Amino acid sequence: MDAPPAIELRGVSRRYGERLALADVSVTVPAGATLVVFGPNGAGKSTLLRVLATLLRPHGGATVVLGEPLPARQWAVRGRVGLLAHDALLYRDLSARENLRFHARLHGVPERRVEELLDRVELRGRADDPVRTLSRGLLQRVAVCRAVLHDPPLLLLDEPRANLDPAAAALIEPLIGRASGRTRVITSHDPAGGLAEADLALGLRGGRVALRAPAAEIDVRAVEELYA
Amino acid sequence: MTGAATPGQPPTAGARAGAGGAAAARDRGPGRPAGALRPALALLRKDLLLERRAPESVPAMVLFTCTTFVLFHFGLGRNAVEGSLAAGVLLVTLLLAAILGINRLFVAEQAEGGFDAVLLAPIDRTAVFVAKAAALLVFLVLVELVAVPAFALLLLEGSIWRSLPGLVAVLALLDVGLAVVGAVVSALAIRTRARDLIVPMVALPLLVPALIGAARAAAPLLATGGASWPSARWLLVLGLYDLVFGLLAYAVFDFLLED
Repeated sequence: MDAPPAIELRGVSRRYGERLALADVSVTVPAGATLVVFGPNGAGKSTLLRVLATLLRPHGGATVVLGEPLPARQWAVRGRVGLLAHDALLYRDLSARENLRFHARLHGVPERRVEELLDRVELRGRADDPVRTLSRGLLQRVAVCRAVLHDPPLLLLDEPRANLDPAAAALIEPLIGRASGRTRVITSHDPAGGLAEADLALGLRGGRVALRAPAAEIDVRAVEELYA
Repeated sequence: MTGAATPGQPPTAGARAGAGGAAAARDRGPGRPAGALRPALALLRKDLLLERRAPESVPAMVLFTCTTFVLFHFGLGRNAVEGSLAAGVLLVTLLLAAILGINRLFVAEQAEGGFDAVLLAPIDRTAVFVAKAAALLVFLVLVELVAVPAFALLLLEGSIWRSLPGLVAVLALLDVGLAVVGAVVSALAIRTRARDLIVPMVALPLLVPALIGAARAAAPLLATGGASWPSARWLLVLGLYDLVFGLLAYAVFDFLLED
């Protein structure tokens, strides 16, 4: 029997006041697959991630994440999702180690996991510095550690490699890359790079689906047209 | 808060336990829902650490309180006050100082962006309420450690030592009420653009009964040659206020944190 999909959206909508941020969005993501979401600024990519993360309620349609319908059972999804947002979601006056230990306590994760992750992203030397003193790239490494601290089966990644040099990108690859074995939803502004990483591609424009297909069947020019 | 899960609302631990074996098994894995106490302690520790690292609320509240006492000292044109006037000056000043703390209670969460990550944790939202109320309570106690001696120095004639235990009891009960109402109002206000206006507009009317109870309880303590212990009736009123608003806050807090 096939495994149930990790994400199933049918006609999902979301409004901010009068403005429709997502309209009639439908997509199914099998467990372990990678969905890359393309679209210009304001297309609804971040809103989609926040709906999947349970931080925003869908206002219409059916949203099922990790087998749980949202928002009815959103509490059952929390703790099984790792969100790497545009903001680092860290407390600037705390150090990387303090931030990660704080989230480890909230998730019931042993503190040795914090040290293991700091090692893996080569941040031990700066682990006790307030994160406000870290460069954007180092901050992104801490944010990645926070997102995967509790070993979530679903990762929601908003432009995860922004601000990272190639060496740093290689460091976080085992944590958030395909090899991590997690279901991933990634937003990207890089048509070629995004398609290379995707199993499925979703293009949004004005909150509506403008493109939806297996990545292997999409020409990069079709993605580029979203930004035209 | 009921044990059953209403749509969209996180159920209590009891409701989760009854949600079926599959869900329970999933919940026991990494990121399983925690009880309220452990995450509340983690959140409180984080809030106190942030205040220690970058002091904002407590210094502002202390400065406001001492400045207001100085203003009363000169504004009233007298060296000492006593009885109900003294109680009013002390408690209204502390109440207004608390508004400053309430205003800033969730600011770090919003300004620093960490709160979304907290909301994604598998914790009972009650933990956030408990932690925020406890943090505000700690801030108020720290402020009063400076404010009460400053008040005695600037505005009281006789010694405060005899009535100090009674005054501590009154302030402790008032502080619990301030902390409970403050945590709820702050969570409500943080979702709005007019946070600085919403906090006093909502909190002050809600805190009037607590102020009345505390002022009536404290007035005899601050009277010349007055009592050394407040009347049990007004302590009971304050205790009931804390209990009722504590239960109300517990019931509504989950909804305040939802989108």
